[in-house]
Amino acid sequence: MAQKGIREYEGKKILFDGLSEFIASFKGRSAKLALVRPDTDLKKLAKENPWLEKERLVVKPDQLFGKRGKHGLICLNADWKTAQKWIAERMNKTVTVGKTTGELKDFLIEPFTPHKEDEEFYVAIRSYREYDTIYLSDKGGIYVEENWERVKETNVPVLSSIDEIELNMPAVGDRKKEIENFVRALHKVYVKGHFTYLEINPFTFSGSDIVPLDLVARLDDTAAFECGKIWGELEFPSSFGQHYTKEEMFIRSIDEKTGASLKLTILNPEGRIWNMVAGGGASVIYADTVCDLGFSKELANYGEYSGDPSTEDTYQYAKTILDLMTRKKDPRGKILIIGGGIANFTDVAKTFKGIIKALTEYKSKLIENKVRIFVRRGGPNYKEGLANMRKLGETLGVPIEVYGPETHMTAVVSMALKEKSNVKKTAKTGGEK
Amino acid sequence: MKPEIFSKDTQAIIYGYHVNAIQRMLDFDFACSRKKPSVAAIVNPGSDGWHKAFFGKGEILIPIYRDFASAAENHPEADVMLNFASFRSAFESTMEALNHPNIKTAAVIAEGVPERRARIIAATAKKLDKIVIGPATVGGIKAGCFKIGNTAGTYENIIESKLHRPGSVGFVSKSGGLSNECYNIIARNTDGLYEGIAIGGDAYPGSTLLDHILRYEAIPQVKMIVALGEIGGTEELKIVDALKSKKIRKPLVIWVTGTCSKMFPAGVQFGHAGAKAGSELETADAKNRALKEAGAIVPDSFDDYGMKINETYKNLVKKGIIKPAEEVEAPSLPMDFNQALKEGKIRKSTTFITTISNEKKEELEYRNIPISRIIESEMGIGGVIGLLWFKKELPSYARKFLETSIILTADHGPAVSGAHNAIVAARAGKDIISSLVSGLLTIGPRFGGAIDGAAQEFKRAHESGLKPEQFIKEMKSRGIPIPGIGHRVKSVTNPDMRVTQLKAFCKKHFKNTALLDYALEVEKLTTAKKGNLILNVDGCIGICFVDMLNSCGFSKKEIDDIVNLGCLNALFVVARSIGIFGHIFDQKRLKQPLYRTPYDEIAYMTDL
Repeated sequence: MAQKGIREYEGKKILFDGLSEFIASFKGRSAKLALVRPDTDLKKLAKENPWLEKERLVVKPDQLFGKRGKHGLICLNADWKTAQKWIAERMNKTVTVGKTTGELKDFLIEPFTPHKEDEEFYVAIRSYREYDTIYLSDKGGIYVEENWERVKETNVPVLSSIDEIELNMPAVGDRKKEIENFVRALHKVYVKGHFTYLEINPFTFSGSDIVPLDLVARLDDTAAFECGKIWGELEFPSSFGQHYTKEEMFIRSIDEKTGASLKLTILNPEGRIWNMVAGGGASVIYADTVCDLGFSKELANYGEYSGDPSTEDTYQYAKTILDLMTRKKDPRGKILIIGGGIANFTDVAKTFKGIIKALTEYKSKLIENKVRIFVRRGGPNYKEGLANMRKLGETLGVPIEVYGPETHMTAVVSMALKEKSNVKKTAKTGGEK
Repeated sequence: MKPEIFSKDTQAIIYGYHVNAIQRMLDFDFACSRKKPSVAAIVNPGSDGWHKAFFGKGEILIPIYRDFASAAENHPEADVMLNFASFRSAFESTMEALNHPNIKTAAVIAEGVPERRARIIAATAKKLDKIVIGPATVGGIKAGCFKIGNTAGTYENIIESKLHRPGSVGFVSKSGGLSNECYNIIARNTDGLYEGIAIGGDAYPGSTLLDHILRYEAIPQVKMIVALGEIGGTEELKIVDALKSKKIRKPLVIWVTGTCSKMFPAGVQFGHAGAKAGSELETADAKNRALKEAGAIVPDSFDDYGMKINETYKNLVKKGIIKPAEEVEAPSLPMDFNQALKEGKIRKSTTFITTISNEKKEELEYRNIPISRIIESEMGIGGVIGLLWFKKELPSYARKFLETSIILTADHGPAVSGAHNAIVAARAGKDIISSLVSGLLTIGPRFGGAIDGAAQEFKRAHESGLKPEQFIKEMKSRGIPIPGIGHRVKSVTNPDMRVTQLKAFCKKHFKNTALLDYALEVEKLTTAKKGNLILNVDGCIGICFVDMLNSCGFSKKEIDDIVNLGCLNALFVVARSIGIFGHIFDQKRLKQPLYRTPYDEIAYMTDL
C-alpha cells in the first residue's frame, strides 16, 4: 500500500532505462547490473552477463539498508572470481546493521567506476503535497549530512514541468551543464515512474559521463497498473530483517484478491489480548486504547477488516486469528475483542456470520484457552449480527459480551481489561445534555 | 471558495452505477423532506437509459448518460460530482469533472489512486478554487441537506444520529468508518451535526482537515468544531499553526489516533495508507501535545472524546452561543420489501409453483435427486425424461424404451415437411433456432402426429371395450384412417425392422402389453384387407408407450394425464429436433444458397 522501497538493482534499471531517453551515455547501462540471490546459478549469470568476467566490479548487499561502507559490506574493484568469493562468504549470513538484524540474501553487482573523492555529488528528490523538492549538493558521499547547508533545494510544483523551473545549483564549476541536464532528466523519470523518494549519493563522473553510485528509491505501488512497462518485473521486498509469518502472508494473499481490506500484523504471538476489529480508523483506536490502559506488552496483534468483505473472507480472517490465539495456553486466560465502529455500508450480519462460523469451529480450543469475548459493533444489519452473537454465547461455552452503538466504541476494551471488581459501570457514549 | 458547499437543493452527478449508494442518498433526501432528489443524473460508461429508484414513498426516474459531459450539459444545476470510478479511472474522470465549469465539488471514493495523481487532483482543485473530498473516502454529509453516497449508513442510523436536521457541530476526520461513529457520539453529546466530512485515509487527500476546519470557522451556524486526526503526515501541525494565528477561534475538540505506535515495532502499516509516522513530529503523541498547547480541546484518550465534546457543548449552551436545535421528527421510511420479508414482517403469495426441479439446493436437483447422483447412476436421458416429465424414477427397461423411441424417430430424411422447412430456413440464412422451429412448426395432425394419435385412439377403443372389428368399423364410419396403421412401402411380407425390434423388446421386458396385443389384433384384420396396412413405427411407439406406463405402475389417472398432456408429441419433438439440427448444420456446412422452388415444380393456373 502506497510508498514502498525497492532494491537498488531494480531502481537503477528503471532509472537508467528512463534516463537513456534524455542522456546518450545511459543507453544500454541497465544491462550491466546483476542480482545474486541464494538460488542464483552463477555460471548461468556469467554467461548471460559477459561483462562480469571482463570488467572490474562493485558488489554490495541490496536489501533496503544503507551505510554499507561503514559496515564493511561493500567490495570494490574486484574481478569476477573475487566477487563470487566475497558473496559466498556472506550469503545467508546474519548481520546487524544499526538496530536491525537480518540475513544477507541479495547482492548487486555492477561495473566499478574509479573516481576522485572530491568529485562526489548528492541528489535527492522527495515528494510533498504541493511540490517535489530536489536536493542537490556538490559535497556528496559520506560528507553530505555534515555539509547539509551546502545542499541547494528546488521546488517543482505538482502542476509544473521541470523544464519551466530554474534549478538552484550548488557550485559545481564546469560540470554545471551536465549536472543540470542530468537532474532535469532525473525528475522526469521520477514523475513518470511514480517514484515517491529517490536519493543518489553519490554520483560522480567517468570522463564526461555521469555515473550514479549508490541509490535509494521508493515507489508508489498503487501506480502499478500504469507503470507495468516502466517498472518491468518488480517485486517489493520486505525491509531488511523483517519477515512475515505464514499467517500474515495468508491474510495478505486474501487482501490482494478482494476489493475489501484485510490486514494482520502479529506483534506478540504470546500476547493475551487479540483484536479483531473492523475499519482502518477504528482498529487504530482499539490498539491505542489497549496501550493507554497499560497493556501494550499483552497486545498480540494489529489488524483490521473493512470494505464489506465476504462472509468467506471474514471467516478465513477470523479463523487465522483464533488459530494463532489458541496455540499456547496462558493460565490467566485470553481476551478477544471483536470491535468496530458504526459501519457505513459493511453488512454486520454478513461479516459476523463468518466470524461466528470460525468461533463455532474453535469452540473447544476457546474453552481450553479460557478465552473471554467482547463484541461492539454498529451499522447495516447490526441488530441481526449482534443477536446472532448473543445466541452463540448461549452455546459456545466461553463468555461473550455483546454491545451496540449505545455503548462507546472502545468501552469494551476497558471492560475486558479491568478486573471485574473495579469496573466503573461503563461509560456510555451518551452524556446527559 | 465559499464556505458552504452543500444546501438543501444541492444535486449531484453520480459517476458509476452504484444502485445502493444512490438509493441511500434518496432515502436521506426523504428523511430531510427535500423537494428535489439529490441525484440529478448517473454516468455509466457502459450504457445509457433511465434508472428507477424510490424517492420516499413513490418512484422517480434518473437519467443515465454514457459520458460525463452530456450529464453535465443536461443538468447545469448539478454542482457536485460523486465519483465511484475504480482506482484505474478515478483520475481521468475526476479531472474531467473538475475542469467542467458546472462542478464546484467532487468526491472521489476509490481507494488506491496513485499518489501523484491525487496530488495533481488536489493542486488542480486549489487552482480552480474547487473542493475535492477523497480519494479513499466514504464522503460526507450535511445534516438535513445533502449526503454523499454511503455516508452514515442505514436510514435507521441517520435518524438515530439526528442527521436529518442540522445541529451546531462541524466535524472532519480522515476515516470514513470512524466519521459515522463520531456522528453517533456527536448526536449523543450535543444538539447534533451541522456538517461532517471524511477526507480519506490516503497520504494526499484532495482537501485537508484544515481546509474543512476553516470552512466551519467561516459558517455562522457551526458553533463548535470536532475533528479526528491520525498518526502520519503533518496536517495536524497546520491546524496548530492556524490555532496559534487565531485563524481558528471556535472551540475545537480534536484527538489524533495512533498513540499506540510508540509501542509497536517500526514499519507496522496501519489500515490507512497515510497512517505511518515518518518522523517524531508525525506521531500521534506529538501532534496531540502540540494541539493542546495551541489551545485545542484534547482528551486524554478516545474514551474521553465524547465527554470533552459534551463539556464543550454545554459550555456554549450556558454562554448562550448555542441555542439547541429543535428536534424534528423524521418521516418513517417504508420498509424495503426484501428487508421486511427477511425479518418476517410480511408474507407474499407466489406467482409460480414448481414441482420438478430446484436449482436453489446445494446442488441442482431433478425431482429431489441431485444431478451428481443422476450422472453416477447412469439413468441416461430416458431417466431424466422420467423425472422431469412424469416425476418418477423409471425402471431401466422404461428408460431404454424411451431412448430407443428417440433413436428411432430422430430423423426421417430431408423430404419430410419438418426437415424440409428447416432446410429452407437454414438456406435463407436464418439462425439455428429459427430454422429449428420452422421445421418443428409443421408437426401436428398430419406430420408426426401419428404417435400421439395412435396412443389416443387405441387406448380409447381398448378401454371402452370395442372389439378390434368394431374399432375398425367405427373409424371407417368417422371417415378417418386409423392412426399408426399403414406404411408407404413396408408390408406383412416386407416388415419394418424397427417395429419388429420394438415389439420384441416390449414383449420381453414389459409386465403388461395389453394395448400392443390389442393393436396386433387390429393389424391382423387390416392387413387381411391390404398388405401394407401394418402397425407402423409411430403407432408402435405410441401404443407401447401406454403399455410402458402401465408396466411401471402409473395409475389410470396418471396415464390419462400423460397421454392427454401431449407427452408423446413432446417425445417426438425432442427426438426429431436432433435430426432437424443435423439437417440445419449439414446445409450450413455445405454453404447451400437460398432455396427457391423451381418453376417446373409449380403449376401456374391463374388463367383457370
